Amino acid sequence: MASVHFLPGLTPTNEAPVQKSDDAAGFYVLGDKLVDPKAPTGPIAERWTTRKFENRLVNPANRRKLNVIIVGTGLAGGAAAATLGEAGYNVKVFCYQDSPRRAHSIAAQGGINAAKNYKEDGDSTYRLFYDTVKGGDYRARESNVYRLAEESANIIDQCVAQGVPFAREYGGLLDNRSFGGVQVSRTFYARGQTGQQLLLGAYQALERQVAEGTVEQFTRHEMLEVVVADGKARGIIARDMVTGAIETHIADVVVLATGGYGNVFYLSTNAMGSNVTASWRAHRKGAYMANPCYTQIHPTCIPVTGDHQSKLTLMSESLRNDGRVWVPKKAEDCEKDPRDIPEEDRDYFLERIYPAFGNLVPRDIASRAAKYMCDEGRGVGPTVKEVGPNGEEKLVRRGVYLDLTDAIRRLGRDKVEEKYDNLLDMYARITGENPYEVPMRIYPAVHYVMGGLWVDYELQSSIPGLFVTGEANFSDHGANRLGASALMQGLADGYFVLPNTIRDYLADGPFEAIDESHPAVVEARESVQERIDKFLSINGSRSVESFHKELGTIMWEYCGMERTKEGLIRAIGLIRDLKKEFWSNVRVLGSGESLNQDLEKAGRVADFIELGELMCIDALNRRESCGGHFRAESQTDDGEAMRHDEEFAYVAAWEWGGEDGAPVLHKEDLIYTAIEMKQRSYK
Amino acid sequence: MKLTLKIWRQENASAAGAMHTYELDGVSQDMSFLEMLDLLNEQLVTSGQEPVAFDSDCREGICGTCSLMINGEAHGPEVTTTCQLHMRSFSDGETITIEPWRADPFPVLKDLIVDRSAFDRIIQSGGYISANTGSAPEANSVPAPRDKAMRAFNVATCIGCGACVAACPNGSASLFMGAKITALGELPQGQPERYSRVVDMVAQHDAEGFGGCTNIGECTSACPKEIPLDVISQLNKDLRTAIAQGR
Repeated sequence: MASVHFLPGLTPTNEAPVQKSDDAAGFYVLGDKLVDPKAPTGPIAERWTTRKFENRLVNPANRRKLNVIIVGTGLAGGAAAATLGEAGYNVKVFCYQDSPRRAHSIAAQGGINAAKNYKEDGDSTYRLFYDTVKGGDYRARESNVYRLAEESANIIDQCVAQGVPFAREYGGLLDNRSFGGVQVSRTFYARGQTGQQLLLGAYQALERQVAEGTVEQFTRHEMLEVVVADGKARGIIARDMVTGAIETHIADVVVLATGGYGNVFYLSTNAMGSNVTASWRAHRKGAYMANPCYTQIHPTCIPVTGDHQSKLTLMSESLRNDGRVWVPKKAEDCEKDPRDIPEEDRDYFLERIYPAFGNLVPRDIASRAAKYMCDEGRGVGPTVKEVGPNGEEKLVRRGVYLDLTDAIRRLGRDKVEEKYDNLLDMYARITGENPYEVPMRIYPAVHYVMGGLWVDYELQSSIPGLFVTGEANFSDHGANRLGASALMQGLADGYFVLPNTIRDYLADGPFEAIDESHPAVVEARESVQERIDKFLSINGSRSVESFHKELGTIMWEYCGMERTKEGLIRAIGLIRDLKKEFWSNVRVLGSGESLNQDLEKAGRVADFIELGELMCIDALNRRESCGGHFRAESQTDDGEAMRHDEEFAYVAAWEWGGEDGAPVLHKEDLIYTAIEMKQRSYK
Repeated sequence: MKLTLKIWRQENASAAGAMHTYELDGVSQDMSFLEMLDLLNEQLVTSGQEPVAFDSDCREGICGTCSLMINGEAHGPEVTTTCQLHMRSFSDGETITIEPWRADPFPVLKDLIVDRSAFDRIIQSGGYISANTGSAPEANSVPAPRDKAMRAFNVATCIGCGACVAACPNGSASLFMGAKITALGELPQGQPERYSRVVDMVAQHDAEGFGGCTNIGECTSACPKEIPLDVISQLNKDLRTAIAQGR
């Protein structure tokens, strides 16, 4: 096994994969194998400590001569900017929002995992590592995940010191709760607003550095291009979204902390502005995009009510602890008031199919089961229009009941109110229905992406000097992310990992000064300007929004909860047609020299269209079911996901193939030494 | 539903603005208020008119990006953010007036979008606890009384939207500031900087041009997160103590 040469003295538990199927033949080019050049060696528990020691230091007096650009101010970006500012580097931080405090990390509800073992219930760094690798369906790098588990405890210390008001017990010590997919209580939380409180902690640390003068903050700025000069990332081109000015910012290193691309589906739980542009522009300049098809679809969201829908809202998964999920047994009952459907005519399908885990099966399984019920014609709620594979329109009910009646009977309404009050209020506000009286309706929605820019162990992309943190990178969650792990990863990357890896890169700096006249800067600026001019000059007949919606419909239908070879090939064709139409028929009004929200959106949708095609190619190639990626061709006799480790235990890292070329696939084999791969089962 | 919308349009910060009237048909009761504006914008673009610029991001009531004075009320008639307000709160045939936040420290950038960076500068002046990354003690080494931690959390839910300022006849940001001072001041970790924090934040607040508090209480009734008025009492108490200490 040539690919395990970097693990001397350790015994691999699996063979390197050899892919036999080739569903995506003709849509890609096979490139060289990829080996993480920064992969650590030695026993797993010592790898990160050793690396931190071996990485070179930058003398405090030299730090202020080094310029760092960070794009994005969520947990990963905000925490990194604050920490690097405190260390004395010269930091510029950018966000498209009007304040760093509004980044979408703020919307995370449930909590943050940490292996503190405060409950003395058998938790440990290794157990958090084990749960995370297993939960990710064995498609993450073990060294990265172990490091994440190690840093998790430091995050809690740091946040408490900043004044994050975590839930506490009567003695004044920190409280924990349990979360999906694990058997210990390791989740720290601040009611249903943990993300908000963690982000405000990072934001306040960041603002303190702004006041200190170590960080300069650029709000309402959107990064539109990365400057790659002499083989290194040396800056960005950004647009001031108020004045329209195109600005060049030069630095010694660039960090992307720009979040996930779930909005490629149009409807998702992401913020309206969440986008892939920073990552995609970097991808086109040479950064590999890894596992783009790994999408997490969350089972408990409020269903779509009509064409006007602009976004979907998550209802915390914790509701599945007390709610029972069901649909009518008979399709003709679907229009009835659910309270009039007798017990014997209800199908509690999760309890029926998965008697061992019942309503608490993992997210991907619960989501798919709900889809099948609705496909069968047993969905509930309003009908929505869908376009079938042959262009035919059909009306489908996309919703299943999440019924709290039993819980209210068992615990009393007061207890249920105390536990879920905020959530149930939000539900009532959005749907106009009272969840204490009428069963709630839920349906899965796109929530998070595990895929992202490829990074090495040090979080550096395939472009030297371009680092990627948080949801924007691919590294820690494999094919599926466990609940309360996104916040953990964002803050681990921002506070503790990046600051310890970026210094080894910066130890070679400051790099040769470049300015506006450098050919790489000129090229980047010109391409940004040309693109803006192009959007404004097409003057077609369709709104940007309508293209985004159409892309989302294609992605959800063919690259959503269940994917097939036939469907994905069809989707690629549809997306290519859509791309052609977009560039010839989009209508963007107004000017580039002012605040122009349609122009902003045009750039984002153009990039989503290209990403969507790559996601479909990646999904087409991966003829196995793992985590959030379910290929109908790869399931057990009773319809469960089936992995093919012998073929696909690798990271698919895609290189941009040029405007008219096919993407190039580089495979990074996943070899485990500290854990053994097993097939998941929840029956 | 069919609506008549009267909307403030303004090209940029230095241009003069004016109210414009639009008729909008096909509005569903299930739409959020912002989806109703999306529908208007889709129709404007199709007919070759520039869409109305307004701020929104998470659309689930937590990021604090959305704003809007709706019929003269910050975030409209319900106790929630504009993004969580739904059209079932309005009736068919109604005329709805939509304006940006009105306050000198929040200049209009375009149409319904205002600049709230003054809030960032208030936080920069002292709305934090100084704790460099890596210097934190073990999290459970300092217990925090549960009732105090809960009060800290309850007021830390402020989303920084600015509705309190928009609703206040004085244009005061005391509720915003009081929420932060109370959240940090209730925790043991917030004590070392407690009194310098209040002095510095109040100084920045005044320098930004926000008005003083005269206990009218419009702020708390407009607040989508129901931040209570007593955070302003806390602010004043801490400020008095700080002054008595000679800060």
